Amino acid sequence: MSETGVHSSAIHERAKEAIGDAHLQEAYRSSTLRLYSHRLSAINQVPGFEPLRERARELKREVMDHLDYYLAQFADSVEREGGKVHWARTAEEACTIVKDIVKSAGAREVVKSKSMVGEEIELNHALEAAGIDPVETDLGEMIVQLSGERPAHIVAPAIHKTRHDVSDLFVEKLHSKRTEDPGQLTAIARKTLREIFARAGVGVSGANFAVAETGSIVTIENEGNIRLCTTAPRVHVALVGIEKIIPRLLDLGVFLRLLGRSATGQKLTSYTSILTGPRRPGEDGPDEMHIVLIDNGRTGTLADEKMREALYCIRCGACLNTCPVYRKIGGHAYGWVYSGPIGALITPQFVGLDQARELPFASSLCGACREVCPVKINIPDLLLHLRGNVQERVPETPQAGEVVSERKGMRLWAWAMKRPWVYSLGGAAVRFGIRWLPSAGGHGAQKWIARLPFYPFSNWTRGRDFPAPDSVPFRKRWKKLSS
Amino acid sequence: MTNKSPKVALFITCLGDQFYPQVGESVVRILRRVGATVTFNPQQTCCGQPAFNTGYRDEARQVAVRNLDLFEDADYVVAPSGSCSTMFRVFYPELFAEEPELLQKVERLRARFYEFSEFLVKVMKTEDVGASFPHRVAYHDSCHLLRELGIETEPRKLIKAVKGLELVDLQDNQVCCGFGGTFSVKFPDVSVAMARDKLRAAADCGAEYLVANDAGCLMHLAGYIHRERLPIQTLHLAELLEKHE
Ligand code: SF4
Repeated sequence: MSETGVHSSAIHERAKEAIGDAHLQEAYRSSTLRLYSHRLSAINQVPGFEPLRERARELKREVMDHLDYYLAQFADSVEREGGKVHWARTAEEACTIVKDIVKSAGAREVVKSKSMVGEEIELNHALEAAGIDPVETDLGEMIVQLSGERPAHIVAPAIHKTRHDVSDLFVEKLHSKRTEDPGQLTAIARKTLREIFARAGVGVSGANFAVAETGSIVTIENEGNIRLCTTAPRVHVALVGIEKIIPRLLDLGVFLRLLGRSATGQKLTSYTSILTGPRRPGEDGPDEMHIVLIDNGRTGTLADEKMREALYCIRCGACLNTCPVYRKIGGHAYGWVYSGPIGALITPQFVGLDQARELPFASSLCGACREVCPVKINIPDLLLHLRGNVQERVPETPQAGEVVSERKGMRLWAWAMKRPWVYSLGGAAVRFGIRWLPSAGGHGAQKWIARLPFYPFSNWTRGRDFPAPDSVPFRKRWKKLSS
Repeated sequence: MTNKSPKVALFITCLGDQFYPQVGESVVRILRRVGATVTFNPQQTCCGQPAFNTGYRDEARQVAVRNLDLFEDADYVVAPSGSCSTMFRVFYPELFAEEPELLQKVERLRARFYEFSEFLVKVMKTEDVGASFPHRVAYHDSCHLLRELGIETEPRKLIKAVKGLELVDLQDNQVCCGFGGTFSVKFPDVSVAMARDKLRAAADCGAEYLVANDAGCLMHLAGYIHRERLPIQTLHLAELLEKHE
């Protein structure tokens, strides 16, 4: 249903398309702005938001520094409560585990609640290939599934769709009456889903947190479908990335206060569920609870002391809403499941740096993401680190119109910058050379160039003019100034 | 301020040297006006940021290492740029993290390294440098200046002290303009789209001038202004502080 594969190199094309699409631009602008300003007013109401962030960061650091210990504790706790733990090293293994569970439950249909890790492992594909029908029950995810797309945002999967788009989609796919009223649209979705909930044998969920001490998984939501997914079917499967562990139930308060506010600007989301083991006698709930602990590249990140910090992420999406690049190009341009600043950091861990070569560069390094991140991940710093890794380990792709490769160009540049006379000579040569370039006119003393030759300079003049260097550089003027 | 005139070595930045030499001149005259002794070592070229920002650590390191020697004997080093100051103060420590001897040099340099507006307000304790400019001016926070160095109030204090000037409230003044060093040519469409947003916001608040404290942002914004023939002009903070109208 969704497309597979990583398309990081297509980011330039897709970004261009997105920027040219006025409809999409408006959808991203208004939704991210709304989430951003909600967040702002919500955190302004909390005295001590800063210490809370510090505390969350400390907790995450503690977990990541001793992840083996906490994972073992979590697994023990789950088994103690009657749940079953499965370990998946790769996406494939994770999918196979889920398929086997569904098969032994004799189910043909699976209800799913929103799970990014489910997207990451491409679970829907795997299930469909095995003749099992996965149904997304989160409204946003359902919209995305009906359109055959991927989520465009960690928290708001259908952020790129307007009410009007959803209305069209429902008319086409669900044959519903045309309406643009959000309440009615939700009602239509709910009606469609209700029957499916009643008959599905297996419910698949993600988890926002996994508590080592108690073996609980914690889910938060606003719609109530996760509750249905995890309790109505006879079997519940929770997909849990191994970085989701927190030490104690007591610590949950810290994260919940941060997550709701950072994600949607809510003090708390409407539903917070703490699920510990399957149903006990006399209780409602599933007969079986399976927890699939998924690595899929995470231990590799853990091993890199610098990148480890990326695993602190609690998937609130605040960095996406504040990132001016994400706001312009949207989630799909990034070419994989996780988009925006955090996506640029963690995608390489899942798919390999060579597949995600472009992503660390898709940032102006403005630092707005770090400012809003509830666990203070130093995203720009890590992006710079990844850029270094890319240049050292991944062969560069030649660009149209380049005369020297980037690497050679940088070497030449460094050679010149170490020799002030070469630097000055270079400046003079440029001053001389630009006489032949098409002028864009000028105001006052400043002359402008309309078109620069050679990649990457030619890229500058795609949408901007370029100033001609001043005829007398500062170093020449200094003599006069100092006399 | 001590009675001894502080000795300031300028780091003019390569963009400043080649494209905006008049900004450097303003910096010199203003620093002298407030009582500093100014020197400029023509052996300097670039801080190394283009390579560092693009992931070429080795090349960046080679260029950076020269700068550690160039500024040994000044009381202060001052640069009219947030991003180059960031290079010295935030990224050099990272670049030389594994070389203890050089790292010591970096630490000595960092402690004396100031961005221009920060130096005026924090070290020289001056806000009014005697400028007058009766125009509507918007101030754009350059990202590195704001988020890496935390310089937010200093430029505003200096701008507010300019006689006749009206500082208008630029919506989203802390959103990146889209320059981002090599980002501007690696992602030209996004970069330009971000400039468009910034300049729309500036037009909406009726600014005649858009002031920033970094040559990179200015070059990018002015390039878009010129391409689209927009009725607004850019100014570097140092140029503004020398205005007398
Ligand atoms: S990186 Fe930080 S801001 Fe971004 S989603 Fe993760 S926790 Fe939220």
